[in-house]
Amino acid sequence: MGKYILKRIGYILLSLYLIITATFVLMRLAPGSPFASERRIPPALEQQMNEAYGLNDPIHKQYIEYVVNAFTFDFGPSFKFVGQEVTDIIFRSFPYSLVLGLEAMFIALGIGVLLGVIAAIRHNKFSDYIAMVIAVLGISVPSFIMASILQYVFAIKLEMFSVARMESFADTILPAVALATTPLAFIARLMRSSMLDVLNSDYIKTAKSKGMSQRVVTYKHGLRNAMLPVISYMGPLIASILTGSFIIETIFGIPGLGSEFVTSITNRDYTVIMGTTVFFGILLLFSVLIVDLIYGLIDPRIKLTAKGGEK
Amino acid sequence: MAHPQLTSTDFEPLLTNKAELEKISGKSTSYWKDAWRRFRKNKLALAGIFVILLLGIMAFNGAKMSGHNFKDNDLMATNQTMSKDHWFGTDTLGRDIFARTWEGAKISLFIGLMAAFLDLIIGVIWGAVAGYFGGKVDEYLMRIADILYGLPYLLVVILLMVLMGQGIWTMIIAMVITGWINMARIVRGQVMQLRSEEYVLASRSLGASNSRLLFKHLIPNTLGPILVTLTLTVPNAIFTEAFLSFLGLGVPMPHASWGVMTSDAIGAFQYYPYQLFFPAFFICLTMLAFNVIGDGMRDALDPKGRK
Repeated sequence: MGKYILKRIGYILLSLYLIITATFVLMRLAPGSPFASERRIPPALEQQMNEAYGLNDPIHKQYIEYVVNAFTFDFGPSFKFVGQEVTDIIFRSFPYSLVLGLEAMFIALGIGVLLGVIAAIRHNKFSDYIAMVIAVLGISVPSFIMASILQYVFAIKLEMFSVARMESFADTILPAVALATTPLAFIARLMRSSMLDVLNSDYIKTAKSKGMSQRVVTYKHGLRNAMLPVISYMGPLIASILTGSFIIETIFGIPGLGSEFVTSITNRDYTVIMGTTVFFGILLLFSVLIVDLIYGLIDPRIKLTAKGGEK
Repeated sequence: MAHPQLTSTDFEPLLTNKAELEKISGKSTSYWKDAWRRFRKNKLALAGIFVILLLGIMAFNGAKMSGHNFKDNDLMATNQTMSKDHWFGTDTLGRDIFARTWEGAKISLFIGLMAAFLDLIIGVIWGAVAGYFGGKVDEYLMRIADILYGLPYLLVVILLMVLMGQGIWTMIIAMVITGWINMARIVRGQVMQLRSEEYVLASRSLGASNSRLLFKHLIPNTLGPILVTLTLTVPNAIFTEAFLSFLGLGVPMPHASWGVMTSDAIGAFQYYPYQLFFPAFFICLTMLAFNVIGDGMRDALDPKGRK
């Protein structure tokens, strides 16, 4: 087990190193100096600024310094917003994204599992079809379109919510729903097929023939085992919600990390791009690792250390 | 299924001649025929194919039908609603949305199919080689895949788009760099399972070369899962294109992709919601069509699949 975790962390560090190197190359290869789009500045001043940002050092020295800094989580100052450290930007905006992301995960898991279970219990009946229509539509409607529809219907036409504001809990409902749409649909489909699998298995028949009530059989015996694939979907779920937040936060005007990332792309603010990318990378890779470990704990049939086999 | 009317003649012995008893009556059904028979029953999937074909036809002829060019702007006719002249109206720059929609269809379908095709080529060869040779080869190939797989897909695509500049091909390349891994993993798993089958052993003992075994026996037999993965890659690529265009990293200016149109329309959709409606509707329709085709194929190709 310990060996397995070490191996996985090794992979994660390798992946992170790749991301960091890629972002560094990106910054060097990008045309023009980071100050090019500012007002024309005297060459002496530009020289001074390059000096201050360490852009005059030989390239390998910059690279090593950058990698070391990245691993100590120091990305230097923003190129566009003078006086702001990248780390400050990340920690200022992340709480918004965290709240939104958790809310979206809660919605996706709760409603997705519910839909899947209903569909499986009422297999091939009307509610099954309704649930699956919702699921297929949810997969086919991209989150940013969902966001616009929600905004149009609930904020503009019905005026139930504000269009774009981030002050109270009510303001987070629409973006969280938009963010949850696609993963919700995935979870519903996953849940339906695994629940169908479980409900047809022998131990469920045994439980039924012992005279247990339908409710106990479904929820106590069926649901617990059918939840396993959903738990293994948690990694992709986190990834989907993270990347979904880029657009959703921009549309709804939420000052979170996602919209900060998008702004830095439009501004070509390289230090912020690199910082947020590495941060997203860390977040994603470690949450996938944690999900895998939890999965191994919950389902003892899964041997994480098994060689060659499918995980 | 309706039960056929049975009469006593149905229970007569089929053949009386001893020599013919061993003959198989009725045509044998191949795997693909069987799959097609099952697929045909799935009305939704058939409708999906029909929609895609229709979109394909419109992508090449739609712009001509309207009599407008997708990039011509008419500043005297901006933000018009649907009319005889502009069937889907015009956008904020006075460009005809009908013509732009089909130009967008061309680009979205091209990106989706091309990305899926490149994923297919790289993924199948990579996965088949890893699965077939096993051992050290497998370990190295899959380790590379594992590391790339650990990189978050959209982040990589976004980084590459910033790095390589905008363009249709850079977008496709960015998608393929991490997109092929899924295919490779599926093919590898299948090939590993199949390579110990007896027909492979038989073919090998008859002197078949590695490449013949791979391309004649192993890959054709994994075609089912490959096709399903392929169909589900297309909507993913179309989504990624729309997503990137929405972020302003998509196809460059004169082109009109659905993502670009959506992102253009969102600024004004409070006043002109129809401008958002058309590209959004077609993105959803295309993704929906590919998704139901993929589902239909999975049901048809997997003999163990439940109804």
